[in-house]
Amino acid sequence: MRRWLADRWVMGVALLVLGYLTLPILVVAGLSFNRPSSRLSYDFNEFTLDNWARPCATADMCDAVVRSMEIGLIATVVSTVLGTLMAFALVRHGFRGRSGINGLIFLPMATPELVMGTSLLALFVAAGVPQGFWTIVIAHVMFCVSFVVVTVKARLAGMDRRLEEAAMDLYASEWQTFRRITLPLVLPGIVAAALLAFSLSFDDFIITNFNAGTTVTFPMYVWGAAQRGIPPQVNVIGTAMFVIALLLVGASSLRGRRARRAALAVLATPAGKP
Amino acid sequence: MTALAHLGGTPPTTPAAPAPDRRRRHRLLPYLLLLPGAAWLLVFFALPLLQLAAASLYDPAGSLSTGYAMTWAVGNYPDALQAYWPQFLRSFLYSAIALVLALLMGYPLAYAIAQKAGRWKNLLLVAVVAPMFTSFLVRTLAWKTILSDNGALVGLLRDVHLLGPDGRLLATPVAVVLGLTYNFLPFLVLPLYASLERLDPRLLEAASDLYANPLRAFGRVTLPLSMPGLIAGTLLFFIPATGDYINAELLGTPNEYMIGNVIDSAFLVRLDYPQGAALSFLLMAAILAIVFTYLRRAGTEEVL
Repeated sequence: MRRWLADRWVMGVALLVLGYLTLPILVVAGLSFNRPSSRLSYDFNEFTLDNWARPCATADMCDAVVRSMEIGLIATVVSTVLGTLMAFALVRHGFRGRSGINGLIFLPMATPELVMGTSLLALFVAAGVPQGFWTIVIAHVMFCVSFVVVTVKARLAGMDRRLEEAAMDLYASEWQTFRRITLPLVLPGIVAAALLAFSLSFDDFIITNFNAGTTVTFPMYVWGAAQRGIPPQVNVIGTAMFVIALLLVGASSLRGRRARRAALAVLATPAGKP
Repeated sequence: MTALAHLGGTPPTTPAAPAPDRRRRHRLLPYLLLLPGAAWLLVFFALPLLQLAAASLYDPAGSLSTGYAMTWAVGNYPDALQAYWPQFLRSFLYSAIALVLALLMGYPLAYAIAQKAGRWKNLLLVAVVAPMFTSFLVRTLAWKTILSDNGALVGLLRDVHLLGPDGRLLATPVAVVLGLTYNFLPFLVLPLYASLERLDPRLLEAASDLYANPLRAFGRVTLPLSMPGLIAGTLLFFIPATGDYINAELLGTPNEYMIGNVIDSAFLVRLDYPQGAALSFLLMAAILAIVFTYLRRAGTEEVL
């Protein structure tokens, strides 16, 4: 009985905390259907579908969203390539200076964003580099690389080396082994890393704020609009982001489950039978 | 060997032991793989820190348009601290209070997901990271609606006299601390969950068989075994929370400004680079000092 109570107690608290974490998302979704009474009001006023029907009524905002996507895509591709290469070196090779490289990868994750943002600003100003689209891309690649390395490394480290050895034993060349065995096995890790990099880049405000010049990303737009009054379409974007991310997670977990079931089916089939 | 040499390039501690015949062919390969990423981090992470250090010692009499002279003006540091020590202290105070709140909420949550959730485990984990699916700024603004003077929450608190008839939540320290707790809670919960997930429930049964009451079993078994996750989570919460200025700006007033707000305005509004750089470095030094003291006292290195 006491055990039962203890279990429920912990679960109860957990659900309350989850409520605290979820409440703002519900509010954002709700506000996306709101017609505010004034530009500076954050309260619910009146139900409307207008914001969803015309998400780009505020043209500046949609420009900012598109710019964030462009920056996010470029930063994702570059940081995923750089980080994946590093992860391979770290897991698959012995080399001198490993602790130095590990430090270089770990430090950006432990440094406050604020300090990374101001120091890059100091560098760009000292070097006379005008700030804008490309300085944002440079900054985003910088803070995404470490997260890519960590994510791909985890996947690589958990891989069964014997599969590659088996391929080599069967006279696959090194390139064939990489192309047919290693890459497909690591790919889920690389995809996860790329998604993480994109979401980090798309949502970054602090580092971007110091290195954007006059370029406006979506978070920069929201920040500026918070002073002048937020158009309700901002909540449409917020809700859409949430739904898309949720669908991606759902799809990947379904795929994972189906793959696992297929693998189990193969294992359960007695040898020799199809 | 000096400490510095130790940091730089000792031989690999855990060589990945490739087959001997392949090792020779691949001797250069790891360096080629590392080169682009490491170069990017050196040029755009490490070098800027040096530049920031230099900027913090510029002559404060200069300006962005006339240029700054390097005068090794060490006085920038005490000057900046003297001008902004309240915001500095407030940063650490707010993030410390938020951390305590986050631990009180995050520990039961991580424990419940790891040990009690059964087949709902993955769904609950998604719920923990779900806030990060949408924009940081947009969901922080949602708190403006939740805590609004006309909102249900303030109405309720006024009705039960926890708030006076004119009492507010928005634009108070409470709002800022609540926002910090909310925004960084997932970073605390995830590593904690990873630690607690590995906890073997049979250890708790053994403790209870040996007549430990639940509290004692928690203190002697669960808590020590969750230490790595607890430490990692605490750091992942504390570092960004202390440097945050979005919550203070959107949910507070200048009376709640943290050091991040000051640094933001030093670089982007007042254009006082030496002061902004000095404050950035003081923030980083203070955070590093706290992190290392904490790691030493917690007595573990496996987190890093």
